[in-house]
Amino acid sequence: MGKYILRRLVHLVFIMIAVSFLTFLLMYLSPGDAAAKKLNAQGVAVSEEVLEKTRESMGLNRPFLVQYADWVLHALQGDLGVSYKDGFPVAEKLYKALRYTAILALTSLALAFAVALPLSILTALYQDTLLDDITRFFSFVGNSLPNFLISVLLMYFLCVRWHLLPLVANQSVKGLIMPCLALSIPICGRFIRQFRAEILEQLGKAYVSGATLRGVRQGYVLKNVLHNSSITILTIVGLSIGTLLGGSVVVETIFRWPGLGKLAMDAISNRDYPVIQGFVLFTATVYVLINLIIDIAYTWIDPRLRETGGGS
Amino acid sequence: MKKRVKTREHLRRRLILFLILAGILVLISILAPLLCPNDPNATSAANMNKPPCAEFPFGTDRYGRCVCSRVLMGSRTSIYSAVALVAITFVVGMALGMLAGWYGGVIDTLVMRTADVLLAFPQMVLAIAVAGILGGGMGNAMLAMGITGWTLYARLARAQVLALKEEAYVHAARLSGCSSWTIMTKTLLPNILGSMLVTAATQIGVMMIGIAGLSFLGIGVTEPQAEWGSMINSSRAYLQLAPWAVLAPAIATIITVMIFNYLGDCIRDYLDVEGGVER
Repeated sequence: MGKYILRRLVHLVFIMIAVSFLTFLLMYLSPGDAAAKKLNAQGVAVSEEVLEKTRESMGLNRPFLVQYADWVLHALQGDLGVSYKDGFPVAEKLYKALRYTAILALTSLALAFAVALPLSILTALYQDTLLDDITRFFSFVGNSLPNFLISVLLMYFLCVRWHLLPLVANQSVKGLIMPCLALSIPICGRFIRQFRAEILEQLGKAYVSGATLRGVRQGYVLKNVLHNSSITILTIVGLSIGTLLGGSVVVETIFRWPGLGKLAMDAISNRDYPVIQGFVLFTATVYVLINLIIDIAYTWIDPRLRETGGGS
Repeated sequence: MKKRVKTREHLRRRLILFLILAGILVLISILAPLLCPNDPNATSAANMNKPPCAEFPFGTDRYGRCVCSRVLMGSRTSIYSAVALVAITFVVGMALGMLAGWYGGVIDTLVMRTADVLLAFPQMVLAIAVAGILGGGMGNAMLAMGITGWTLYARLARAQVLALKEEAYVHAARLSGCSSWTIMTKTLLPNILGSMLVTAATQIGVMMIGIAGLSFLGIGVTEPQAEWGSMINSSRAYLQLAPWAVLAPAIATIITVMIFNYLGDCIRDYLDVEGGVER
């Protein structure tokens, strides 16, 4: 167990080195001169002399690998540079925005899970009934809807047509309703489809028929089925984290929710490269860490994996 | 628990239905220039934000452009770009995956570790960053989606090649002096192509959503080229004044994505390939 976690941590270090390198490379290869971009973002008139000075002060004249090493060493100390736009430290900006994205993403995930789990159990138990057909249809539709479309449709119906919510929401609970729905509907649709398939598979196994034949109560059988499905369910939830992080960029931009995604989109439109860089590195780090936690959780759910040293 | 048995005949009929529907969509996109009631790019100050009428079946947008014509032309952008993207990532990913699985060693490590690193980023986050940095344009948007897109096929192809490698007929081919190239193209490829194509079919809808999402954010296909995502974005500020300019491309996107997603599901069910990959 300890060995497994250690191995995963070593792997994690290598992945993070590669991730940071790729993130840095992306900015390095971005079209245009970084010094000119910085000056443009600040609205300074660009002359050759000023450009040269800025390049010097930003360390752009150094070799690529030196620049990368410098950037990584600073990043490890929590220093991701300063924004071109307003000179604020990027790490501070990310930290402020993180809270909002965490609130939005976690509520959306919780909502999707809370709706999907009971529905998928019911539809698996009562397969091919009217409830099953309706749920399957809606989960299919939900899964086919892009976040931005749901957002715009929610705005149209809830704000413009029915006047239930204000168009310009704030960071209150009321303001959370629409972004949360827009983020959770597609994920919920996918959850229902995949959870249902897994529960159905478990229900078809011999131990279920055996227990049912012996007259074990259905509730007790269901408990076992759920326990056996939990690894797959956890995997599905884990895979949705990436979708959530990507979707939150779109949804936060539309609803002006001041999270990481909105920060990133503002940075993209301002050509504020340190912020984009910080956002990509930070999001990837969070994503990798969450996946690590999920992999370790597998061994906690299924003791057999402790012997062999973990899941996928 | 009662079970309604889905016969192969039933699945076949459903598959044909969705093949026809998808065919109609493709046909519409091919014939789009002929079907447009008006010039999709012609602006007109006199016809701004007009509700649907005989001349403009879906109304006009804030520049007085015919929404119906733009939706029709937008079908080309959405369908072509998604299909082209899936085709490119499919070929590249499958080739790399097969090479990795067949040769193993350094090639395997290189391909699979690259895939691992790319998968360490949430797909849309990386796509948004890449497209945002490179700036708008269909090519850049496709590149942004494709950077991670190929890994799916590479992993699948590698896993299947690894499993097939030890089959007797592969050994036989090797012993009879076939080159690696011949074995890969003549023996392995036909065996893995079916299930790989099924995965590719289910990815068309996913890629469509991705490209539309980038365009919606203003970092994909940009104006004046007609694309549903960017149409929805540019008309969204006028949602109260001219909802049709948002609803028409929105409905078009929903219908198209649903038909392609359903088609992917139908093909998978019909061929009964286990384990659809979800991303």
